[in-house]
Amino acid sequence: MRPITMERVEQTRAEILETIKSPTLTHEQKVAVMAKEADSLLEVLDLPEGLDELLNESIDTKCICDLNEGHAPVRPRYIIPDYAKFMREGSKFLQLDPPKDLFEALNSLLIFYKHVPSVTNFPVYVGALDELLEPFINDVDEETAKKLLRLFMIHVDRTVLDSFSHANIGPKPTKAGRLLLEVEAELEHAVPNITMKYDPELSDDDFTLQAIKTSLRSAKPSFANHRMFVSELGEDYVIASCYNGLKLGGGSYTLCRLILSNIAKRAESLKDFREKQLPYVMDIMARYMDARIKFEVEESGFFQNNFLAKEGFISQDKFTAMFGMVGLAECVNILMEKEGKEGRYGHSKEADDLGVAIMEQIHAFNEQHVNPYCSVTGGHFLLHAQVGISDDRDVSPGTRIPIGEEPEELLDHLKHCSLFHKYFPSGTGDIFPIDTTVHKNPEFLLDIIKGSFQDNLRYISFYASDSDVIRITGYLVKRSEIEKLRSGVAVLQDTTELGLGATNNCRIEERKVR
Amino acid sequence: MTKYPVNKIILFSSVDGPGNRTVIFLQGCNFDCKYCHNPETRSLCTGCGLCVPKCPVGALKKEEKDGITHVIFSPEKCVGCDTCIHTCPHDASPRIRYMTAAEAFEVIKKQMPYIRGVTVSGGECTLYPAFIRELFSLCKEASLSTFIDSNGTYDFASDPELMEVTDGVMLDIKAFSEKDHLAVTACDNKKVLENALFLAKRGKLFEVRTVVVPTLYDAEETILETGKLLKDHAGEVRYKIIAYRPMGVREAYSHYPVPEQAVLQGYAESLRKMGWRDIVII
Repeated sequence: MRPITMERVEQTRAEILETIKSPTLTHEQKVAVMAKEADSLLEVLDLPEGLDELLNESIDTKCICDLNEGHAPVRPRYIIPDYAKFMREGSKFLQLDPPKDLFEALNSLLIFYKHVPSVTNFPVYVGALDELLEPFINDVDEETAKKLLRLFMIHVDRTVLDSFSHANIGPKPTKAGRLLLEVEAELEHAVPNITMKYDPELSDDDFTLQAIKTSLRSAKPSFANHRMFVSELGEDYVIASCYNGLKLGGGSYTLCRLILSNIAKRAESLKDFREKQLPYVMDIMARYMDARIKFEVEESGFFQNNFLAKEGFISQDKFTAMFGMVGLAECVNILMEKEGKEGRYGHSKEADDLGVAIMEQIHAFNEQHVNPYCSVTGGHFLLHAQVGISDDRDVSPGTRIPIGEEPEELLDHLKHCSLFHKYFPSGTGDIFPIDTTVHKNPEFLLDIIKGSFQDNLRYISFYASDSDVIRITGYLVKRSEIEKLRSGVAVLQDTTELGLGATNNCRIEERKVR
Repeated sequence: MTKYPVNKIILFSSVDGPGNRTVIFLQGCNFDCKYCHNPETRSLCTGCGLCVPKCPVGALKKEEKDGITHVIFSPEKCVGCDTCIHTCPHDASPRIRYMTAAEAFEVIKKQMPYIRGVTVSGGECTLYPAFIRELFSLCKEASLSTFIDSNGTYDFASDPELMEVTDGVMLDIKAFSEKDHLAVTACDNKKVLENALFLAKRGKLFEVRTVVVPTLYDAEETILETGKLLKDHAGEVRYKIIAYRPMGVREAYSHYPVPEQAVLQGYAESLRKMGWRDIVII
């Protein structure tokens, strides 16, 4: 471990004390923040030369961001336990036998969730709840089943205190899935996030329409292009955290992101960007990710000692890593200006073609880079359109068109999405607030989902423009909770703070209503 | 190829039939509904040119051709302020495009695969049955569903070719009694009611709708009598009850009161008792 200066120690001590005294953090949030502050004192990773000036800079110049993963990763960023195995076999470590009825199944899951780590300290994946619970759903009458599911979902919302937690349903309709949607429409919770895997052959229209109606009440589920994910990741993929496609029983070691707009700012010209700056930054970020992964696998001991790995709920050979990017829109606009051209991203074919060319370059780089611990995805990372963080300024998530510049016609917006979604097996998505006073016709959205997935979109979300629960970038927050926090009151879920920052800085409430 | 006057095309619509649809609005109408909320679709441009000097961005100009004055519209300059249609004394618009059915279909194709189908509306689109027949034939080849939004004055029974390519009709019942219908539209409704029954029996009546305008006519009688007339089909047809709103209505007719929600709910309840299941209030 490399030494650090006393000045940095003193600064961190001051930060820890400030955290302890915070009036708006709950106890659990303070503990999580202090752990990060302590971790920041470690220097154990074998960092690539040149990283410091790309990573440790202000938000408007830094070119690489590691999303606060810390200096000595104690666990993979995203962990996707095989809950079905847990239901079949129980857990020795947790001293739980396989559940025999709906009561036991729900209780066992709630226990398990408290032992699934992640970068947020909460599980980013809580299971394919419909498939997990369907075998038990007829143990009790429908009214009792619904009541139990309701209590279960309340328990999750009040104890999994982070809306990067994600449940999956579909693609096939089930009684458990139907009841879960009914409960979620009534509860209007921010946690968990939910994705419905949609396949036109497997998902019937009635079930999908119920999911659409639920999304207009509680901003979830979102809809994932099941066929596209299966073709890339296989049948055993899941959607976790914001919208990340990952392998069941695996996860992602790490997620770092290229801040493309800031890389464009460094470039003298388009040629300089394509030939020098972008390749240089991508190479350093990939090697930084390699260093993080090496520490997790070879030194942290996580995969050797954690019960999830020991009992086979996860296995290291199903893990990969996510090579993220943000700000393609701003990057393209900056480069167009540098070339003396007028077209803007989302509105000009030339600008959009440049966006595609940049994505092809990132894709080609990733296909060349090999990491020995990502064999489940061919030895390569998976590209990820990161949704942004609340500190971002003038950086649009992933490949999204900046808020305020969305095309007038929804059709043109969707066509633009179809240019970019294919690059991101580990997640991308676009969000459409819907005016429900105009659109009282859920089949309208059903047709848009069907069309989108035929047109190679990967993932889309809707919420009612007047809903309390809204989708910030990928995660969900209640407007009413944001207002509480704004007034200086502590709130239960840590993502509310991110939502407050994003509504202040990223114009979330100005998204074009469709 | 004959070209037809198209007022506008909405690429995605959630309110003109099932699912997501592209809607073609044709120009011209044979009714004169007092509460018409898009009166600029009623007539064809006479070329009088009164709108030309009023356009704030110079998107309109007058041109003589074969001794007739035309108003020429430059869509790329238009800012959508609607000054022209508010100026027009003829309930027309200088912004219409003349298109063949094949040209209209080219616009529709761009929305595939996002749309389920196409609706032709107006004005009164059945003033141009040849356009609809040709357009719908093209739609059918592309597996798009085809709906007509009509005031019911066209003799659908006499046009089997049109019925063959039409999946459904959304029919306005402006008023049930002839006296009321004359008061609302200045036309009688014999053909409208015949069409309601004919289309319902053919399984092609998707929706009937009535705009409730307090003090103009007896909406309660209209909804209840229409409900009775179609009671054998109450399980299949949607009844859309629409509240009058003054937005877009000509000034002389924008004074009617907006009906109360409770009144509309009451009409819906009466329909439910008759066996109607799909009732929408907007």
